[in-house]
Amino acid sequence: MDIQKYISSGILELYVYGALSEKESREVSCVLKEYPEVKAEVEEIEKALLTLSAATAPNNAEHLIDSIKEKLGASSLRPAPKTTPLRTINWITYSGWAASLLLLIGLFVFFNRTNELREDLNAANARNVQMEEQIAKAREDAEKAEELLAVIRDRNVKRIPLEGQQIAPEAFASVYWNTKENTAYIDAKELPEPPRGKVYQVWSLTMQPLAPTSIGLLENFEADDNKVFSLENQNQSEAFGITLEPEGGSETPTMDQLYVLGTVAAP
Amino acid sequence: MQQDALILELQNGNERAFERIYHLYSESTYGIIYSIIRDEKIAEEVLQDVFLKIWDKAPSYSNDKGRFFTWILNIARNASIDKIRSKDFKNDRQNLKTDHFVDILETKTNFSEAVDSIGLKKYIDALKPVCKQLIDYLFFKGYTQKETSEELDMPLGTVKTRNRICIDKLRAMVIK
Repeated sequence: MDIQKYISSGILELYVYGALSEKESREVSCVLKEYPEVKAEVEEIEKALLTLSAATAPNNAEHLIDSIKEKLGASSLRPAPKTTPLRTINWITYSGWAASLLLLIGLFVFFNRTNELREDLNAANARNVQMEEQIAKAREDAEKAEELLAVIRDRNVKRIPLEGQQIAPEAFASVYWNTKENTAYIDAKELPEPPRGKVYQVWSLTMQPLAPTSIGLLENFEADDNKVFSLENQNQSEAFGITLEPEGGSETPTMDQLYVLGTVAAP
Repeated sequence: MQQDALILELQNGNERAFERIYHLYSESTYGIIYSIIRDEKIAEEVLQDVFLKIWDKAPSYSNDKGRFFTWILNIARNASIDKIRSKDFKNDRQNLKTDHFVDILETKTNFSEAVDSIGLKKYIDALKPVCKQLIDYLFFKGYTQKETSEELDMPLGTVKTRNRICIDKLRAMVIK
């Protein structure tokens, strides 16, 4: 670098003014440290400017030093320099760690508590749903019971008791036959549960000649709570019988699987 | 080196170092502040604030960035400009654009011992008008090279070299 050229370029004056960018100033600072003649030049420029600006002061400002020094202590921006910095740093560090730890514990407890509450809430919600289902079911059951009651109270309903036959002497069933609406309600509460793959089939019988007509199957027997089944019956039935048949029912009743049988009382 | 050691002590919060710094720079700083504010009482207030800032912010100074004097200059100019822009500064002379440091020197009578008053005054009188303007913008008002070039309608490079010549003449006068 041609130092004389550098000096005479005028950059050092701008440097002392503070008229250069931060980057340029840093560059000059580096050159200054490397070349003593540049430093000497800068110091002379600075001295000239110090003298010039001192000349523009209304008076010398020495008398203000005492009032400024009084304020130095009160100045809060400056951290107290006299205290041993190591201690301060340690204390701050420790309290920082302690605060972090406390925060961590706090968060953990809070997190756990939140999880517990969430689980409680989920359980309560599940119970709520169950209760609602139960209430709905009870309401449904009550409606069904009322329906049934209405069915057997109807003046057009004939009740036909079906007695247990040889294969199941303990069995019992009733048919509530609404002759006006052509509907037969089968109360099969006292029938034993059908074995797997079998189903009860209800037959309407005429006696002279003896002729069975299927009026339907008691499907989903196990699942039905009140075991009352509604079947359509347009026949001039003289008797009803229920047999156990293979799934899907049969064309004709399997007579040795006749569970119950009852005749319609003559009007 | 002596200067560096003094600044280091100031940065460590040494009050004696602060006193020395004050002695070295207060009058020049006062001159800069006064050239902007033009009110003796207010300039004194600002000067005190500036030195409190120097005390507070000393640890942030680094000679990698620039001269310590330049650092003080920036604080002083900024504080002064903040002051004249503040609401409580109601000064009719606020908008006197023609104001520059020269007329302070011309009206001033009581120079301190540090300044060879008669010689300086004579010299300043002899300075070319362009030098007076360049020094006023770049030094007292803290304009950048670019701002000065726009203000004086002078090419950037010319600002730099002209100013160099002006300062050379000032130095010849001040440093014997």
